[in-house]
Amino acid sequence: MDSDTLPADEAVVARLREGDESMFARLLDLWSPGMLRVARAHVSTRESAEEVVQESWLSVVRGIDSFEGRSSLKTWVFRILANTAKNRGRRESRIVPWPGVLTEPPDEGPTVDPARFRGPDERAPGHWRAHPGLWPSPENELVAAEARDRISKALEELPSRQRLVITLRDVHGYSSAEVCAILEISLANQRVLLHRARAGVRRRLEEYFTGAEEAGL
Amino acid sequence: MNCVDFVELVTAYLEDALDASARRRFEEHVTRCRGCERYLRQIRDTVAALGRIPVDRLSDAARRRLLDAFHTPPR
Repeated sequence: MDSDTLPADEAVVARLREGDESMFARLLDLWSPGMLRVARAHVSTRESAEEVVQESWLSVVRGIDSFEGRSSLKTWVFRILANTAKNRGRRESRIVPWPGVLTEPPDEGPTVDPARFRGPDERAPGHWRAHPGLWPSPENELVAAEARDRISKALEELPSRQRLVITLRDVHGYSSAEVCAILEISLANQRVLLHRARAGVRRRLEEYFTGAEEAGL
Repeated sequence: MNCVDFVELVTAYLEDALDASARRRFEEHVTRCRGCERYLRQIRDTVAALGRIPVDRLSDAARRRLLDAFHTPPR
């Protein structure tokens, strides 16, 4: 996403080392939203997450001379962030295990209710019983605003690993490679989490849209 | 490929992670299945809508503090 807007890492790092404030400000504005999101997965409050992000940026400023380019600058910054957030989370003794396998439902099973499809004894088994309902046009501003609201709620209801992956990918626009590097998960694992998360959010939107239709809206 | 399989391959398809033959079967299926065509479109609409929700940003105060710290780095 920001590869379009940022020069190559070497140039960015050189400008930071020279004390170029405008470059630092750009990084702050580009990466802090995603950093807040990742920090939130480890600490208990929004305020705490913001402190973690600040502390991490201070570490970046102090450590920029020692950046060796073995990973991308963005990954390096997010690793500092993740470590800072984990330490902070441990201090708050609200440790969110990553990966949270013990506390989260397994990432398996169908993502669409099997009752939506015809059973093995019916004609055309495995096909839609009834097609998914039509959604209103996303150009309708009222619908779009309401849908945004529903989506935010749907995200809150997702298991935390799914929420983190879908938020970084689809809300913040990070690439799959970036998300894998930041969260230290495999490409396949990232895809499973993204798949379940997208299907879950679509399901909530469908419930909302078809419910609204039935209510005559 | 039936619809049950199709809906579970949507993300792999969008991530370009299907091999050539699976990709062909996926695309063949969607051209002749209204329900799956609609499902795929709704997933794409969902992704597009996710890209429009507001994101949390650093407060102005925090941003200012960091810019100040950048000038006088405690190196």
